[in-house]
Amino acid sequence: MGALSIRNVKKSYGNTHILKGIDIDIDKGQFLILVGPSGCGKSTLLNMIAGLEDISSGEIHIGNRLVNHLPPKDRDIAMVFQSYALYPNMTVRQNISFGLEIRKIPVAEQKAIVERVANMLQISHLLDRKPNQLSGGQRQRVAMGRALARNPTLFLFDEPLSNLDAKLRVEMRTEIKLLHQRMGTTIVYVTHDQIEAMTLGDRIAVMKDGEVKQFGTPQQIYDTPANLYVAGFIGSPAMNFIPATLEEAEGQAIVRLDNGTETFPAKLGPLGTAQRPYVGKSVILGIRPEQITDQGSAQADQPNLQLIRAKVEITEPTGPDTLVTSQFNGVKVTARCHPQAGMAPGQTATLVIDPSKALLFDPASENRIA
Amino acid sequence: MADLAYHQTPAARIGRFGIYAVLALFALYYLAPLYVMVVTSLKSLEEVRNGNLLALPAAPSLEAWSTAWSSACTGVECSGIQGYFWNSIKMLVPAVALSTLIGAVNGYVLAMWRFKGSDLFFTLLMIGCFLPFQVVILPMAQMLGFLGLENGTARLVLVHTIYGLAFTTMFFRNFYVTIPDELVKAARIDGAGFLRIFFRIMLPISLPTIAVCVIWQTTQIWNDFLFGVVFSAGETQPMTVALNNLVNTSTGVKHYNVEMAAAIIAALPTLCVYAFGGKYFIRGLTAGAVKG
Amino acid sequence: MSPSPSGAQLTLHEGSPSMPSLQTASASRFGRLVDVVLPKIVVAPTMVASLVCFYGFVLWTAWLSLTESRILPKYEIVGLVQYQELFSNERWWAAMKNLGVFGGLFIFFSLAVGLLLAVFLDQKIRREGALRTIYLYPMALSFIVTGTAWKWMLNPGLGLEKLMHDFGFSDFTFDWIVNPDMAIYTVVIAGVWQSSGFVMALFLAGLRGIDDAIIKAAQVDGANLPTIYRRIVIPSLRPVFFSAFMILAHIAIKSFDLVMALTNAGPGLATDLPSIFMYQHGFNRGQLGLGAASAMIMLATAAAIVVPFLYSELRSQRRG
Repeated sequence: MGALSIRNVKKSYGNTHILKGIDIDIDKGQFLILVGPSGCGKSTLLNMIAGLEDISSGEIHIGNRLVNHLPPKDRDIAMVFQSYALYPNMTVRQNISFGLEIRKIPVAEQKAIVERVANMLQISHLLDRKPNQLSGGQRQRVAMGRALARNPTLFLFDEPLSNLDAKLRVEMRTEIKLLHQRMGTTIVYVTHDQIEAMTLGDRIAVMKDGEVKQFGTPQQIYDTPANLYVAGFIGSPAMNFIPATLEEAEGQAIVRLDNGTETFPAKLGPLGTAQRPYVGKSVILGIRPEQITDQGSAQADQPNLQLIRAKVEITEPTGPDTLVTSQFNGVKVTARCHPQAGMAPGQTATLVIDPSKALLFDPASENRIA
Repeated sequence: MADLAYHQTPAARIGRFGIYAVLALFALYYLAPLYVMVVTSLKSLEEVRNGNLLALPAAPSLEAWSTAWSSACTGVECSGIQGYFWNSIKMLVPAVALSTLIGAVNGYVLAMWRFKGSDLFFTLLMIGCFLPFQVVILPMAQMLGFLGLENGTARLVLVHTIYGLAFTTMFFRNFYVTIPDELVKAARIDGAGFLRIFFRIMLPISLPTIAVCVIWQTTQIWNDFLFGVVFSAGETQPMTVALNNLVNTSTGVKHYNVEMAAAIIAALPTLCVYAFGGKYFIRGLTAGAVKG
Repeated sequence: MSPSPSGAQLTLHEGSPSMPSLQTASASRFGRLVDVVLPKIVVAPTMVASLVCFYGFVLWTAWLSLTESRILPKYEIVGLVQYQELFSNERWWAAMKNLGVFGGLFIFFSLAVGLLLAVFLDQKIRREGALRTIYLYPMALSFIVTGTAWKWMLNPGLGLEKLMHDFGFSDFTFDWIVNPDMAIYTVVIAGVWQSSGFVMALFLAGLRGIDDAIIKAAQVDGANLPTIYRRIVIPSLRPVFFSAFMILAHIAIKSFDLVMALTNAGPGLATDLPSIFMYQHGFNRGQLGLGAASAMIMLATAAAIVVPFLYSELRSQRRG
């Protein structure tokens, strides 16, 4: 059994079910991300791991210990909060050592710990300041310092970066990852930002409405999302969802893409067993923007590439890429093209798609057909 | 509010002048009684009778002040207001301290350790702010009798503490709800419990609220007359009751200079509080206004 | 734990409880219990005090008002006798009428003066801080002090009237304080003097709370200053009007000390108020039952003002 094990954990207030049975297991040293929109229950789950909220039913184990009835201070955890929650009346030094003091660590040892943590986070020069004299990034570091000082089994992060500006957020993200790699600590990290989830985690639980929609590695979540929700939530710009009818020709799965005047059959590869029942029925084709591009950017060695023509409606340069929007089967479809590909609104452009990486979803159950 | 652009047209200038004139006139209206009190208190009774209200004293003298302090008649007693002044102090200090401390703990619980029924409790307490005290003084007098509490000062400390709690609790509760819950969560994870979080974190960060609360309670309790006149008698009466007795003692000549000196002495403590803690005083008034 | 130097350094205290002993487990359960029970224990005294001394005492007063209590309380309910007596008592009706006159004028002038001063002070006035301090200081005084000061100033023999005579207006008369028909207006003058600065502070806070962008938008739309105030600023002060009205009404209903010091309810009973009626019957005249009945009517009057206000406030909050 691993560092954290959550078994069929539920939370309800009367008839409102906040969490509907969560199962998650991670090993020591893993970085678990709980990601989802606000109100999905991710923060509630984190608070329950911390012992700040009661569990309606189920079990939480931290380091092989059932902690359901332990108060936060006995769970061997530390937590970093969105608002940092630094004690405003205490200096940085006192903030970091408060928990040590309560645990009756000898003063000399407290001092040594504070020094070490401060060095590591490069906040030694701030130790005698009060939190209101610090910038947002510095406060963030102090909050992490407070957590690190205790050296717990489990670190909990509750949207720690969302109060920082965009540039600082990216910097701190890198630092958190670096810290995790260096120290090998076990982390549970809550965020609503799918980019943070992808970059930081080595396990991601995508949550919605009190349920885990998919639990896996970032690559699994990205490449083989379990359902339309996960597919749409992860990835920016979001995956294109194109309604189509599944057809079969010579053992190949085919869907037709109609740009309004022409129709192109897209070959998705050999028809799988799971796909067979859907032949002749409506499906949703999920294809990421980077799987539709201009001819110059397409890698020629991909065997499955197919050409389609699209009526360009709008182009949005992002710098490294230009996002090109056109319509297929009556919905907007985004393609990621090279900025020098010369796409312009109004023209008909030739695009290359890689349908072998496209996914099919059941429009009724919204689950991936696989 | 907005920077409204003033174009320096003649009409606008006249308008500005008018505004200043109105504001200055009102300043005179507010200052006049204080001025009259001070100059009257420095005059001899002779001069009060012959001179006019606004004239400066010809030979300023503190005699009326010393009479007021130590030998003026408040009813049958003629030993000045000094004893009553100290009565008020003796009542004020414990009542302010108790109601502030209890209010702080209550506010802390009602904002950060909510339990089933705690919101209802707060609502009930707030509705209590609206009660005219006339509706509770008869039973209170009965109850103080049952309790056998004879000492007027002790009675007033108890009554002022109880009826101050609604406001003091509100001040602290409304301050603590602006503190993120996460602060308490962080402290709990650090291992601190209910009392330690209160004394080590919440109380130290509430200094401005403590100032608001102490100033509010000080002015309320010092200036109270109703409780004083109802729950204390004779030598234990507070300052306001003594001042009223002094002014309304209708035997003999009216010593207006002494009355004014006594009134200023009665006003001085709260005026000082206002002068030094005006910011917190206003904050308390407006905070009280928002809720009740 | 990674073998990197900093990681190794961070293995800090070996004794950290990865496995709690039985003792710490039960101790922590106790600590948890303390944190659940303690908050309730510390608010319990206030809860009891407020239930007894607010709500219990109101019921107690209500009970007394239904008995024949005179000097000593009796607890046999005899019905609405005291209320019948109260409503047939001319002095009571005179006191209620006085409250109406005083309350109405006091509230109106305090609001008018307060709003005027707040709007004028909001025009980037030099020395605004000093003016505000002057306008507000009476609020720090006891009504007894206010009453004493105004009693002296309005005294016809030596006060304002004599001052005007000294200035040469020899037929100027200002004897309101001893004139039974006018005395109630002197209470209004002193009351407004004490409370209007406070209303000013409320309105000023409201004005400062208005979003600049709204005013700028109105200016861009071409509205002039009076229009901006009339159409945008003052309507947005509606909640302040409400709270100021409430507080002033509350002050008026329980008003007691000001009248005691200024006119002692006189001349005659010309400035009698329900609060004074209640005090004298309940404490001086040995008419506990009647005093209690008058207190209940005061409570009902206060409730008649407060309850609709609270209702509308709560409703608009829910909508907001």
